[in-house]
Amino acid sequence: MALFSLARSHKAARVLPGFNITLGFTLTYLSLIVLIPLSALVFKTFTLTWPQFWEAVTGPRVMASYKLTFGASLIAALVNVVFGLLVAWVLVRYNFFGKKVVDALVDLPFALPTAVAGISLTALLAGNGWVGQYLEPMGIQLAFNPNGVVIALIFIGLPFVVRTVQPVLEDAEKELEEAATCLGATRWQTFSRVIFPSIAPALLTGFAMAFARAIGEYGSVIFIAGNMPMVSEITPLIIIGKLEQYDYAGATAVAVVMLVISFILLLVINALQAWQRRHTGAPA
Amino acid sequence: MKKLLHTTLAAALLAASTLASAQTLLNASYDVAREFYKDYNTAFVAHYKNTTGKDVKIDQAHGGSSAQARAVNDGLDADVVTMNTTTDIEFLASTGVVAKDWAKKFPNNASPTTSTMLFLTRNGNPKGIKDWDDLTKPGVQVIIVNPKTGGNGRMAYLAAWAYARKKGMNDAGAAEFVAKIFKNVPVLAKGGRDATTIFLQRNIGDVLVTFESEVVSVDREFGEGKVDAIHPSVSIIAENPVAVVERTVAKKGTGELAKAYLNYLYSDEAQEIAAKHALRPRSPALLKKYAATFKPIQLVPVSEYFGSLSEAQKVHFNDGGQFDKIYTVK
Repeated sequence: MALFSLARSHKAARVLPGFNITLGFTLTYLSLIVLIPLSALVFKTFTLTWPQFWEAVTGPRVMASYKLTFGASLIAALVNVVFGLLVAWVLVRYNFFGKKVVDALVDLPFALPTAVAGISLTALLAGNGWVGQYLEPMGIQLAFNPNGVVIALIFIGLPFVVRTVQPVLEDAEKELEEAATCLGATRWQTFSRVIFPSIAPALLTGFAMAFARAIGEYGSVIFIAGNMPMVSEITPLIIIGKLEQYDYAGATAVAVVMLVISFILLLVINALQAWQRRHTGAPA
Repeated sequence: MKKLLHTTLAAALLAASTLASAQTLLNASYDVAREFYKDYNTAFVAHYKNTTGKDVKIDQAHGGSSAQARAVNDGLDADVVTMNTTTDIEFLASTGVVAKDWAKKFPNNASPTTSTMLFLTRNGNPKGIKDWDDLTKPGVQVIIVNPKTGGNGRMAYLAAWAYARKKGMNDAGAAEFVAKIFKNVPVLAKGGRDATTIFLQRNIGDVLVTFESEVVSVDREFGEGKVDAIHPSVSIIAENPVAVVERTVAKKGTGELAKAYLNYLYSDEAQEIAAKHALRPRSPALLKKYAATFKPIQLVPVSEYFGSLSEAQKVHFNDGGQFDKIYTVK
């Protein structure tokens, strides 16, 4: 994606001067903030031999934690796509009393220390919590099991979807929908053929961000997960566990695996977006 | 982030210490020792002034025991480390930050106080829990710290194992016994305080296995009479080791002060402060004086069945060890 815009900007006359300087700055900045710390991570794992590395990253508890972390993150991101879109829709299309407050509330999960979120969710959903006490007699347990992980991840991921979809919805022309209706489209057709294609790229971006954020989340999950080996241990907890054994190399090995999987997933999502944009010609 | 904070904090302290005439000492310690060292520092500052005429300022840095050890290893300029597991100081010895023979530098394995594991049950002990074998019974929910993430949990595990061995079981029997207890654990807490919160605030579990010293803070924070402290027949000796950080004192020239600070932990005054905070003093006279808190139960040193805590770590708690088998071997 960056390559495309780079190529384009080379051909076109540049509006702003200083392309070389800003590019240089961008690359230096990215190296300093992202690449150097990440390469330190990779170098640390080089202290392990291949069999050691393999053993560190494929232990049964570690494998179970990948499944939970990536699975719960995926579910949470998907839930956020549906309900985040709904929230964004309501915030853009309707005026109601207290709209500004609701709008501000959406950002709260960004600002709240995640540990606070985890503790309050646990207090709410545990067997003796406000909500948990009514659910438990029905046999529904939301805290101290994988359900709790998903709920915490939904909480922290919500603003990503809302905030990426909102501006695109604001820009979408209402006239198009009216035209669609005039031409005899049903409500579902208007949504699926007119509205959805224009917001799909933003929705995908929001999904990717919520997903990526969820994979790395530690603070909020740890209080509500119950942390049982093979059942509700997330991968970041495995990393902490290895650090507690002073197994720095093992911890970084697992971190590298997470990094690689996340990077591949994000790359796939980016490629999907590019493909989608080319096919619909919708503005990004 | 936390490390950054630590280092900036340490740098700021260092800068401050060169300005002020009084020497400062940074004590990197574990989380729940906060209250004890607050009282101890006041006593030590007064004692140091009386004996040497010099003013001294003690700063504290608290965190999870092994997180603190890692911070010191990575550059936190603490003069002394006061931990609750020997593995944390052995790690620092292995990286050369503290002396290799640190355990011989002070009396009693360089551990001025000890603690042990006991049970907290709900008020009145409704499930009638008396000893470790009660924790294996079906229908009893046990709250224990995850031995992977907390020294508290490792000690609980080793204490249960030692009990099984004392009852005449062999290692295989002990493994089965400990596994049975962990099968009764509905939630593995991340650390000592997390376990207390799960037990008392979330109201989960019938019994909490924790350090004896935690009982006092439970009474203080949640009010007395909410829990009963139950002493099992056998438990483990958990040493609270201390060491001088050679790297820092060489740089700051605080070697003598650091030594005096740790030595004073063995004085009658300090031992009595420890006893008030439910840390078992080494002094037999004081142990007797506070016998109501420190019930005389059979205490097993880690060396009796496990060699040392580092060896126990390798066999039981490292990845693929005995603890993992409880969950991965069906």
